[in-house]
Amino acid sequence: MMMSFGTPAYDISHLLGGGVLLLSFVLLYQRRLGAVINAFAVQGALLACAAAWQGFVQGAPGLYVTAVIAFGAKAVAIPLALRLLIGRLGLHKAVEPAFGIGASLLAAIGLVGLSVMVVLPITAGGVTPLARVDLTIALSVVLLGMLAMIARRNAISQVIGLLTLENGLILGAVGVTGMPLVVELSTAALVLMVAVVAAVVVFQIRDRLDTLDTSILDRQRGDA
Amino acid sequence: MTAALTQLLHIALVLCAAPVVVGGVRWLKARMMGRVGAHPLQPWRDLLKLLRKRPVLADNASWISRGAPYVAAAATAAALALVPSFARGMGFAPLSDLVLIAGLLALGRVALALAGLDVGTAFGGLGAAREMSFAALAEPALLLAALCFAILAGTTSLEGIAVTFQDGSVGLRVSLMLALIALCAVGVAENARIPVDNPATHLELTMVHEAMVLEASGRHLALWEAASALKLTLWLALIAAVFLPFGTAPAGFAPLGWLIGAVLWVAKMAVLCLALAAFESAIAKMRVFRVPEFLGAALLLGVLGAILLFVSTRLA
Repeated sequence: MMMSFGTPAYDISHLLGGGVLLLSFVLLYQRRLGAVINAFAVQGALLACAAAWQGFVQGAPGLYVTAVIAFGAKAVAIPLALRLLIGRLGLHKAVEPAFGIGASLLAAIGLVGLSVMVVLPITAGGVTPLARVDLTIALSVVLLGMLAMIARRNAISQVIGLLTLENGLILGAVGVTGMPLVVELSTAALVLMVAVVAAVVVFQIRDRLDTLDTSILDRQRGDA
Repeated sequence: MTAALTQLLHIALVLCAAPVVVGGVRWLKARMMGRVGAHPLQPWRDLLKLLRKRPVLADNASWISRGAPYVAAAATAAALALVPSFARGMGFAPLSDLVLIAGLLALGRVALALAGLDVGTAFGGLGAAREMSFAALAEPALLLAALCFAILAGTTSLEGIAVTFQDGSVGLRVSLMLALIALCAVGVAENARIPVDNPATHLELTMVHEAMVLEASGRHLALWEAASALKLTLWLALIAAVFLPFGTAPAGFAPLGWLIGAVLWVAKMAVLCLALAAFESAIAKMRVFRVPEFLGAALLLGVLGAILLFVSTRLA
C-alpha cells in the first residue's frame, strides 16, 4: 500500500508513533513513581497498537504477535510487577530528578533535534519524507529513554528508561516491511530478561544499601 | 453587505454566549462534584446587576484604574470578533490573523496587570507578577502553535487555516496533536483555570487572576468579569475553529447554512465545556512554582511539533 500524508494508513501509524514519543516526554515530566509507571504502561499499549496497525497495513500476521507480546509484557505485566515491587519495598513515591524537570525537558528537545540532524544526512535522496519522520520519532524515543536513565537517580525509574529505549527500537522496527518474526521474538525475550535482571539488581541494591538512590553506588566502585 | 451581516450576527452570538459558557462550565463542574450548582445564566444576572452599580475606587487610584477595564474588555471582544463561529466570510475575516489575536490578548493582559499594580496593594502586585511570568512562557507557546498551523496551511489567517483543515488534505499529523496539547495548556493558563489557577477561590496564596481584580467593584468588576468570560469563549471557539472546523457555513448569504452552523457551533462549545469541566474536576491545582514547568512543557511541545513538521514538509 502506498503510504503518504492524507492516507489513513500512514496517518494513523504516524499518530501512534507520535503518541509514543509524547509519552516519553510525559515520563520525563512526571515526578511521582506511580505516574511514571502509568505513563510507561500507556506507552506500551500505544506501541502495541502501532505494531498491530502495521501488521494490518502490511498484511504481516507476525506483527500481531509482536503487538500481543508488547501489550502483555509492557502494558500489563511489567507495570504490575513494578507496582508490586514498590508496594513490597515500601518505597516513598517521589522521584528525585538528578537535574530539574525543566532542564531534562530542554535536553529532551535537544535530543530530538540531534536525531533530526542524524537522520537528515543518511536519508538524503531517495527516501520519502515519511520514512524520515518515522525514523526521527523512533530514534528520539531511544535517545529519550537514555536521557530518562541519566536524569533519574531512582533505580526503578532507570529500569523504566531502559525499557522505553527498547520501545523506541521496536517502534522503528515495526515500521520496516519484512522484518522476520525471529527477530521480534528474540527481542521480546531479551526485554523480559532485562526486566528480570533489573528487578534482581534493584533488590540487590536495596538489600545492600537500604536505598534505591543509585548515586550512592559511586562510593562502591573502589577506585576513590 | 453579507459580510457585515455575518459579522454582526457573529458578534451578537458570541456576546450572548460568553457568560453562558462561564456559567455552563461552573454548573457542569458543580454537577460532577455532586452539588446542585448555580443556574447557567447566573453570570448574566451578576453582570447586569454589577453594571448598574457605581465603582468604588481607592483614593490613590490613577486614570489607569478607570481606563484599564474598558481596554481589556474591548481588546478581548475585538479578538473574539475575529474568531469564526458559525460562518466564514465575515466582515473582519481579512484581519482574523492568529498573530493579531495573540497581540489583542496580550493587550488585555497588560491592562489587567497594570490595573493590578495601580493602587499598590500587595495582592494586586503579586497577581500581576505571576500573570506576567506565566505569560512569558504562554505567549511563545501560542505563537509556536500558530507556526505549526502556518507551515501546514501556508497562512496565519484563521479562516485560511480552518478552510485548509476542513478539506482534509492535511491528514492527521503528530505536529497537530502536539500543537493541540500546547494550545489547550496555554488556554488553561490564560483563562486561570485549574491546575494553573482556581477561578472560584479567594484564598490569597493561590490566586493569580482574582488577585488583580480584587480592588475592582461595580461597573469595573462587571467589565473584568465580562473580559474573562469573553476570553474563555475565545479560547474554546479558537480550538473549535481550528480542530473541529466541520459544519461551518461557507462565505456568502445562506441563512439555512448559518442556522446549521450555529447549532453545530453550540454543540461543539458544549462538548468543549464538558471536557473542560471534566478535566478541572479530575485534577488538583498545582503549586505556583510548578506552573512554569507546565507551561514550559507546552512551549517545548510546540517546538517539537514545529521541528517534526519542518522535517516532514520543508526538506523534501
